[in-house]
Amino acid sequence: MNSAERLDFDVIVAGGGLVGSSTALMLARRGLKVGLFERRYCGAQASGVNYGGVRTQGRPVEQLPLAIRARALWSRLPELVDTDGELVVSGHLRLGRSDADMAALEAYARVANPFGLGLRVTGGAAFRERYPWLGAAAFGGSLCPTDGHANPRIVSPAFARAARAAGADIREQTAVTGLRHDGSRFVVSAQHDSGARIDARSTWLVNAAGAWGNTIAGQFGETAPIEPIYPNMLVTEPLPRFIEHNLGVYGGGVYARQVTRGNVVIGGGRGTGDGEYAQPLTDTTRRVMRVACELLPALREALVIRTWTGVEGRTPDDNPIIGASTTTPNLLHAFGFSGGGFLLAPGVGDVLAEIIATGETHTPLDAFGIGRFLAASATTFATTPDTTTTHPSTESHE
Amino acid sequence: MKPATVVIVGAGPAGVRAAETLVAAGVRPVLIDEAARAGGQIYRQPPEGAGFVRTKSELYGFEAGKADALHGAMVRIAGKIDYRPRTLVWAVGRNTLDTLRDGQQESVPFTHLLIASGATDRILPFSGWTRPGVYSLGAAQIALKSQGCAIGARVVFAGTGPLLYLVAYQYAKAGARVEAVLDTNAFSRQAAATPKLLKSPSTFGKGLYYVSWLIAHGVRIERGVTLLAAEGERAVSGVRFGRGGKEHSIACDAIGFGYGLRAETQLADLAGCAFRFDALNRAWLPERDIAGRTSVPNIYLAGDGAGIAGADAAELAGRRAALALLEDTGHRVPAGAAALEKKLADIARFRAGLEQAFALPADCTAAWPDDMTVCRCEEVDAGTLRRCIRNGEAREINRLKALTRVGMGRCQGRMCGAAAAELLSAETGRPVSDVGRLRGQAPVKPVPISLAFTAGDDAPLASPDDSDE
Repeated sequence: MNSAERLDFDVIVAGGGLVGSSTALMLARRGLKVGLFERRYCGAQASGVNYGGVRTQGRPVEQLPLAIRARALWSRLPELVDTDGELVVSGHLRLGRSDADMAALEAYARVANPFGLGLRVTGGAAFRERYPWLGAAAFGGSLCPTDGHANPRIVSPAFARAARAAGADIREQTAVTGLRHDGSRFVVSAQHDSGARIDARSTWLVNAAGAWGNTIAGQFGETAPIEPIYPNMLVTEPLPRFIEHNLGVYGGGVYARQVTRGNVVIGGGRGTGDGEYAQPLTDTTRRVMRVACELLPALREALVIRTWTGVEGRTPDDNPIIGASTTTPNLLHAFGFSGGGFLLAPGVGDVLAEIIATGETHTPLDAFGIGRFLAASATTFATTPDTTTTHPSTESHE
Repeated sequence: MKPATVVIVGAGPAGVRAAETLVAAGVRPVLIDEAARAGGQIYRQPPEGAGFVRTKSELYGFEAGKADALHGAMVRIAGKIDYRPRTLVWAVGRNTLDTLRDGQQESVPFTHLLIASGATDRILPFSGWTRPGVYSLGAAQIALKSQGCAIGARVVFAGTGPLLYLVAYQYAKAGARVEAVLDTNAFSRQAAATPKLLKSPSTFGKGLYYVSWLIAHGVRIERGVTLLAAEGERAVSGVRFGRGGKEHSIACDAIGFGYGLRAETQLADLAGCAFRFDALNRAWLPERDIAGRTSVPNIYLAGDGAGIAGADAAELAGRRAALALLEDTGHRVPAGAAALEKKLADIARFRAGLEQAFALPADCTAAWPDDMTVCRCEEVDAGTLRRCIRNGEAREINRLKALTRVGMGRCQGRMCGAAAAELLSAETGRPVSDVGRLRGQAPVKPVPISLAFTAGDDAPLASPDDSDE
């Protein structure tokens, strides 16, 4: 057996999803020495198989400063990662299906517009005339003109590739097998699928392990009440272009976008899984088909060519965990994005790199600290997100 | 023990013999089949009552007796099974199949599932293969067998495999003009495989007969060719191929091509069966034991859907898997398992010879022009795949799919998956077994959204969720 490869970094990032890869990229661009360990392939989990919404609208107010910062980076994708990621600034139209929904959309616009979302709420005859392709179930909607959608399969690996090009040491098929802080530095053991071992040290550690974030956090005596969720997705064959915006619905249930090629990507509800692997559920798929047709009647005769899902970590308040550990200096968490991480991720990488390089950030993260859960986690959650602590079937709309 | 609900998918040789064996033991299985009439691809029947007049001997040649026996078995068990023709199984859940029939959704529960999903043509692309007038060998045969029509007036058959000569023979026999048969394997390869092929002398003899008949009737046969292009503007006007260092062309208005058969494994994949790479099939196949048990309890495989072995083996494997199922459900198991297994082993040795004689021309990928379409659903060409691989972005097939869309469209790689894997293997200098396996997803074939409006299937979407956008 060969001895382990010895590596030394300023920062080690655990997890090569979009959060980890963007953090590595931003750190490398600031001239720091970064290593990233990904047990499978970068951007192949939730980061690469999610719906692809680039959406600031509808987020809780506490996320908006971070979301706005992230959105600005999306406009710079060609410069940052050498691809536009198929970003389409289509606008995001959030639909209301009742007068109460419309009132809620108006109220949200009043709160969110001071952050610069530019929301415009319309309804009634003008709305119907403007959107003849929407079904009668849609009373009206709130349009965020600067939102859009992009291709996760392209974007997420591109960040990892760009990070590597910027000098980060990106190791795929390399699982973290051991973690500790020796009082002055982090000591990280990792192993490649080939069996080759790595013994790495770093000043900082970033936990970007997504649905598996607790496996890292738990090593340092703190966990968050994360449960795995499996967002259910389907896609149609290419259709003539008719869906102008990225579509959501107030209160949720279904969301849809049409890509340049013409395929309509539709999400809603949950698949099933064991915390490690996930499968779509056809019951969910069929229900989402029906709800989608109420809003988009032209979909009714379309053919669905594929369904899929992925494994994502969800917190009780649907806010992510971003920021400093409560137990260990120089440990930063960024996981548990609860289905809303795609837009945020480049901004999260930017903010974490700023914290590491300068010691501070002006983007408020107060709502995202892991400390908000610590009282609960001590009694109800194990250190790893295994299936004994979660009940995926309760998420699957049975 | 709770009574078993047994579902068989596929009413070809494997599925029908499995159903017959179960019926004999007092079990009433559900038998689901995509086709309107039983028989599978090989013993496919023309539409009922539509005035088709070709006799079984005209339709099936030497195999007429076997076809007649299988059709007869189906008639005898018809009242003792729940037969659901024209029904697509589009998804497999833990204890439920989702099916589509006449546009209607139906969920079919099972405790035991026997998958006899059969095979399709194994396709490797060549320049112009998406032109109108180019068909797979299997499609050419279906047109003749089921509809009594030919794919063209002057046809070239190309590729390799036993089906190549059989279809050419059937077309010529039916009165079509066969311009040529182009085999990508050299005659010397086929001669070298003869000892193994003689494990099944009657089958081998039939193969020889087709070739001799074609030669005797003046059909041009070329071996050791490289398929270069289907030529033509709007439709096929000829085929270009290389042989002995020279290029040749033959005028034709249709081309039937294929490289043997490919197991239809998507249902086993969705059922969660473990897969292994099979060197003989040069493909990933669901694991099974000699009796047909998979890695998933109560799920069984039989026939070409579990690995190509032909119709005779499918009948045997269908019977054998049914015996395993009977044993596992606490039924009295009739004798005969050992005899079935011995016959299956003999056929397996013959198959090894066939694969040697009609090997896939996997080394052809280097000659593929960059502008040749590999994935026709998503319109991905060879150059796009090469750039992605050469940039170091993809060394694994699902990664290649994610980055280029190859295999992501309507067929989910059933047609282009083998080609993409061979290209990835050649470009990265690794065996095709090392480049990974395309993961399948429901629906296994496209289904209309309108199926969700089937009466009685109208439970509302429960807890809403706005967080996944």
